[in-house]
Amino acid sequence: MTVVASPPPPSVEQPLHRRLGLTDDELEAIQTRLGRRPNDLELAMFSVMWSEHCSYKSSRSLLRQLPSSGPDVLAGPGENAGAVRIGGGLAACFKIESHNHPSAVEPYQGAATGVGGILRDIVAMGARPVALLDALKFGDPAKARTRALVRGVVRGVGGYGNCVGVPTVGGELAFHPSYADNPLVNVMCVGLVDEGRIASAAATGAGNLAVLYGSPTGRDGIGGASVLASASFDEGSAQMRPSVQIGDPFAGKLLIEASLELIERGLLVGLQDLGAAGLTCAAAEMADKGGSGMRVDLAAVPRREEGMEPFEVMISESQERMLAVVTPERLDEVLAVCARWGLPAAVVGTVAPDGDVVVVEDGRELARVPARALASEAVVLERVGHPPVRSRPAPAPGVPALAHDGLPERGMDPGAVLQALLGMANLGSRAWVTAQYDETVGTDTVAGGARGAAVLRLKGTPRALVMATDSLPGLALHDPRLAAAMAVAECTRNVAVTGARPLGLTNCLNFGDPGVPEAFWQLSESVRGLAEAATALGLPVTGGNVSLYNESVGARIAPTAQIGVVGVLDDIALLVGPYFRNEGDVVALLGEAGPGLSGSQYEALAGAAPEDGPPLLDLAREVALGRLLRRASAERLLSSAQDVAGGGLAVAIAECALWSGLGADLVVPVALPPAVVLFGESPGRVVVSLPAERWPDLARLAAGLRVPCRRLGSVAADRLRMRLVGVGATGAAEERGAGVADEMDEPLAELERAWRGALPRALGEAS
Amino acid sequence: MRVGVVVFPGSNCDRDALHAARLAGADAQLLWHAEPDLHGAEAVILPGGFAHGDYLRAGAIARFSPIMGVVREHAARGGLVLGICNGFQVLTEAGLLPGVLRRNTTLRFEHGWVRLSVERRDTPFTRGVPEGTTLRLPIAHGEGSYYLPDVQLDALEAAGQVLFRYAPPEGNPNGSLRDIAGVVDDGGRVCGLMPHPERASEQILGSDDGMLLLRSLVESAAWHEALVG
Repeated sequence: MTVVASPPPPSVEQPLHRRLGLTDDELEAIQTRLGRRPNDLELAMFSVMWSEHCSYKSSRSLLRQLPSSGPDVLAGPGENAGAVRIGGGLAACFKIESHNHPSAVEPYQGAATGVGGILRDIVAMGARPVALLDALKFGDPAKARTRALVRGVVRGVGGYGNCVGVPTVGGELAFHPSYADNPLVNVMCVGLVDEGRIASAAATGAGNLAVLYGSPTGRDGIGGASVLASASFDEGSAQMRPSVQIGDPFAGKLLIEASLELIERGLLVGLQDLGAAGLTCAAAEMADKGGSGMRVDLAAVPRREEGMEPFEVMISESQERMLAVVTPERLDEVLAVCARWGLPAAVVGTVAPDGDVVVVEDGRELARVPARALASEAVVLERVGHPPVRSRPAPAPGVPALAHDGLPERGMDPGAVLQALLGMANLGSRAWVTAQYDETVGTDTVAGGARGAAVLRLKGTPRALVMATDSLPGLALHDPRLAAAMAVAECTRNVAVTGARPLGLTNCLNFGDPGVPEAFWQLSESVRGLAEAATALGLPVTGGNVSLYNESVGARIAPTAQIGVVGVLDDIALLVGPYFRNEGDVVALLGEAGPGLSGSQYEALAGAAPEDGPPLLDLAREVALGRLLRRASAERLLSSAQDVAGGGLAVAIAECALWSGLGADLVVPVALPPAVVLFGESPGRVVVSLPAERWPDLARLAAGLRVPCRRLGSVAADRLRMRLVGVGATGAAEERGAGVADEMDEPLAELERAWRGALPRALGEAS
Repeated sequence: MRVGVVVFPGSNCDRDALHAARLAGADAQLLWHAEPDLHGAEAVILPGGFAHGDYLRAGAIARFSPIMGVVREHAARGGLVLGICNGFQVLTEAGLLPGVLRRNTTLRFEHGWVRLSVERRDTPFTRGVPEGTTLRLPIAHGEGSYYLPDVQLDALEAAGQVLFRYAPPEGNPNGSLRDIAGVVDDGGRVCGLMPHPERASEQILGSDDGMLLLRSLVESAAWHEALVG
């Protein structure tokens, strides 16, 4: 038998298991489970199923810390996607997944198939996908390679999502030098299903049939899970292109419609999509989940190429395929539905009572492996973590560096800093990206996520679905635990500012080589932070994805815990938007600035003193703030509410203005250095606007919940004016002998120019 | 009043059009492309999407779908046909409307909100649009750049077949000649446009201007039905 022919070129001396990416210890573990030596086909099946991508062997023991249950959770980790109850008999299914390595090798196809893959996960739950959010990370946008990656990935996300008719309603785009060789493409999908119709991924009922439908199986994506997703990049990465899957969104659309029709008509016992590790994974996981076995007949698998080896058929990652378990009585109807949608379908297997995945061809048994040995009882690795060795101890969160004041020392005035921040690729308008995505198909999009959270109305109900995705990689380089917790808090806040109740959380953990103690420490610290924040906020983690080995020679990505939160607003009439509504409204700040500039966009722009630590996260404060926002929405107090995040308070207020075309005239008290107050990214803050006559009500509510609430000024016409008063400001003013550093007064049109042109400028498409 | 919304395998605005047609007061239903039967529909909507994947050219294969034969007969009898986005592309490919839709001059898929001026108010598709009103509708397409040779464009204009043009402040998003966003056939009974009226069907979605067009269609079809029986 030949082995994986493409990458990397097999060296003759290496034994097969190593060429397939298995260690000697893992081979021994396989032999222990089988009680004999595996044959080559069995070894190939183990190699993909025991890959990091499929087995979570390095992360599984960590993920147990995550809270996953709650009164509204209908499906949690281990299912194709999480599901939470959203009322009215409906459930929201959601999950976020990575397609990082394929996108680095072939950006368009990598991103497109990433979208296709997460869509199928949601469909496998029986849910109709209603929204996509993409979280993208790239290196320096000034570099030609980065620009090609950005263009390819954005085109790929749109190419798939636009075609299948699922709106891309939000996401994130961030640049950081650590992603130069390892861009991140994380895609979140949200779907809707009747509570009682959530599909099972279990193969049950001996004698039931396994029907493979969708695109015929080819050689594309052979070993994608084990080769691409489970090793770091080196000079040979270009040869990995054959391991990248090719997407066909039209086939994907047919697959979605056919699958939903099969489920709606109650024709299926179980359903699973074919993603990483292809047929091997679907057969093993479905059998394992159902406590049964599955007999797979290779000759029955529809193919698009001739002469495929058995192992190629079993581990091919050809896209747009699903495996359904059906009773023999329903088979004809199932095949008829597939035929109507023009999809090839074939009975490729039978559910067996014995617990083994058995591969046969022309009556010959080629492999026999216990399903659980491939799936739930895959190897678990105990990795060693170690914090990075730093030349000096890292400052603790919240330790103020009052001596250091970025603004006056550098002779900057806040208006100039604000313009510079808005002109950064990380903070400028997202229109360059969002214009390439269909945001309105489905006729449910009430608000796109380029302005905070995405909001979808639920037809036929008074409810709205609210979702957001966030991450803080810059901060994670300083403190991965804090960054993960803060990303959970920020994402939850983004959902809460609309007035919605956050219901569940999904995450995509993007890290380096888990065999490197520092990288594993970053992963374990992040999971710890995630668990702490999710627990404190009462938010169940219903699923997610882990992507490791995001490093190449000499460079590891910033630890990136990408968080996705879904919530529900029971009455869409109570929806609070993020930007100013009425001239004359009061502008107020909920929460207060804390010290810390580490990891902020201001630091990326202007630098921060080494003794300045990251900000402090107060989870109890976050809970109180969430409560306050929901009460304020329920009492219809607010005209707008906007989370303070990247770029700090000044950028948050500027966004309220830029998105609405209304300015503001504000007085900002500063007890800390002005740079920290205006541009620091300490959490727990929300900028609200409201009619003046509701101000006393808000102040009373906030006092009752012990959330600081300060009136800053009012919504004004076409300028953004902020005067700084108090301890921090006075010193600066005296030192400079003029009021320059204590005031900004910017015409909106000028801020708009900086903000709108940021991304095209950074990508070299405008001057 | 019955409206049929054609479903090609890759249609993705079929349910949106169905929803909006019902909001406009129609008894609307989906029509499967492989069945040459309009099931009594008095007006037909060809919705947006990627009818057959459109890897070759938007709408190029859809014109061979069995239902297109009966759509053609329906149009020949003076029945109303509205093609939205991909539906517009299919109608030009099928020869039911003049012109072609080329790749956007930006060479990108373009999504966004545009404004349309309505050139005529005496058509079945625009009779309910108040004088002086521009429409705010979303676009979402990669191939929406309207093209005809100059001489034919002059003739099209002279015949009053240009129904919608992209207007300020957003302006022309795709390089369409003479800012053309939608046209009618010479009989004024078949209409195609790139923007999506069905997506601007409720205030909560940002605009309900599209309902002016859909209500016009439904009322016109009912009126035609009463007249012709």
